[in-house]
Amino acid sequence: MSPRLRWRKFVSGFMLTMTGVCALVSVSMLFFILGYLVYHGGTSISWNFFTKLPTPVGETGGGMANAIVGSGKLLLLATIFGVPIGFLGAIYLAEFSGGTTAFIVRYAADLLNGVPSIVIGIFAYSLVVLPFKHFSTLAGGFALGLIMIPITLRSTEEFLRAVPNALREASMALGASKTKTIASVIVPAAYRGILTAILLAFARVAGETAPLLFTAFGNSFWSAGWNQPTASLPAMIYTYALTPYDDWHRQAWAAGLVLLGLILIINIVARAILSRGIAVPRS
Amino acid sequence: MATTTTTVPSAGPIAGSRSFLARLREGDEIARMITFLFAASVVLVTVLLVFELWRDSVLPRHKFGFNFFRTSVWDPVFDQFGALPFIYGTLLTATISLVIAVPLGIGAAIFLAELAPARISDTLEFFIDLLAAVPSVIYGILGVFIVIPLMRDYIQPGLKKSLGFLPLFQGPAYGFGFLTAGAVLAIMIIPYIISVSREVLLSVPRDQREAALSLGSTRWEATWKVVVPFARGGILGSIFLALARALGETIAVTMVIGNQPIIRASLFSSGYSIAAIIANELTEATSNLHYQSLIELGLVLFLLTFVLNGLARLLIVATSQRGAGMGHA
Repeated sequence: MSPRLRWRKFVSGFMLTMTGVCALVSVSMLFFILGYLVYHGGTSISWNFFTKLPTPVGETGGGMANAIVGSGKLLLLATIFGVPIGFLGAIYLAEFSGGTTAFIVRYAADLLNGVPSIVIGIFAYSLVVLPFKHFSTLAGGFALGLIMIPITLRSTEEFLRAVPNALREASMALGASKTKTIASVIVPAAYRGILTAILLAFARVAGETAPLLFTAFGNSFWSAGWNQPTASLPAMIYTYALTPYDDWHRQAWAAGLVLLGLILIINIVARAILSRGIAVPRS
Repeated sequence: MATTTTTVPSAGPIAGSRSFLARLREGDEIARMITFLFAASVVLVTVLLVFELWRDSVLPRHKFGFNFFRTSVWDPVFDQFGALPFIYGTLLTATISLVIAVPLGIGAAIFLAELAPARISDTLEFFIDLLAAVPSVIYGILGVFIVIPLMRDYIQPGLKKSLGFLPLFQGPAYGFGFLTAGAVLAIMIIPYIISVSREVLLSVPRDQREAALSLGSTRWEATWKVVVPFARGGILGSIFLALARALGETIAVTMVIGNQPIIRASLFSSGYSIAAIIANELTEATSNLHYQSLIELGLVLFLLTFVLNGLARLLIVATSQRGAGMGHA
């Protein structure tokens, strides 16, 4: 082997090893993050965390029950607002629309998808908060729903398009109307993909903080109603982590663990539904 | 854009073959109109968003004009608003994050696409996808309690000792600041670079590799001199996507950048970013001009990410199609 070839082989082996190191470092980040959260948050999670209201500084034993319920309400609103628009819009794109309209809708969705979440927050603030003159759960749900729309729309459309045309033709050949075909053949055939898309969109907004700062704001107590400000897990983590109190830091870690656990579980379930085909009950 | 939403488009290919009345009776036309309304609302919301940003930033545009981007005084008391420190902070932190994330991300993508067996590659990609799902507030809390002490006690003193002759690495090491924000951003954008680059690399036709190997190149030479150049456009696209994401990132940056509107060459210095100033001041804006200046910053952010995302999509689609086209030939 000439020295030149030996050198080239050495370079090849070295660089390929380095790419392996890069992959290892990147993937290990996930386990570092999980490890730190379990380490710091695991010791602070207790029954109180899920059932009690936050306590003032210095008093121990408080929890984040209001933030958990608040996050639940916000996500419920976001789903009610975002999923129908994304889902029905996708049906229009995949089944009804011509080229130009579809292009415009798709372009708008991609544009919306790329908008930084803080700008979505500004939009919700000027559209919902300013006219009503106070922060509200509704405004927060609106902001989160806006983020869900493009994610649901684009992936649902892709899964609908993946349904073979033979299924459409077979259904229409039996005399079914287009609506009937969509409702009882195409959507059921793409069921798993659509569910995955919705779950991933849900997981994505579950951790959003920036748009909530201007809309749902925050609250140390139970929210007085849908048109009143509410606490949420991400916003609580943000506020608590920036205070100088150890007790609140522990609460923030615990909330981080709960939030990340929820998001990762939804992600894993969503992917399992799609790839391994966990049985999904159909109507 | 707005006018097209109000016109009812011509009927689709299959529905068009029957009379309007028949379709109406079967509910097809109704279903079509209902779904059209929902699809149109997506366009409407997007147009409205751009319109709101434009309309609500009219005051500073008229008062400051282009000087808004050239002056660095941000003083709500005297109604003087210059955006330079925020633009500087945003661009600097994004640059730092790219310097860290691009080599790491492309290296990892090469490993996943070229070396790892499909099974391992898919498993690792699954973890990368999960990493991409970690919300930014989690990165923020880890940044505050893990990265900042690490920077203050080890990394920044180390850099100062070894590279302290550069103005970049001078000044007191507090832990928070540009470098920390850039490092946290890097971790956040790596998954995007890896996922997209891996897809693009996988779309490079097999013949390209085999031709290079059969000419006697080593595995690395085939990868670096043939496969990567073939996928260059798509990889660049993945970097643009990551950059757009880094520019718009709010919470994690706000928590570690120090939030001081100053411009320093030192990476150890505190700074501010566009997204951070919006997050901190929007709800507490003291005057209309103050509020609208923040909206104008939002508009700037929107335009930056809009351009980058558009470019990225073009590059990625072009590269994938090139791979597919060569594959069939």
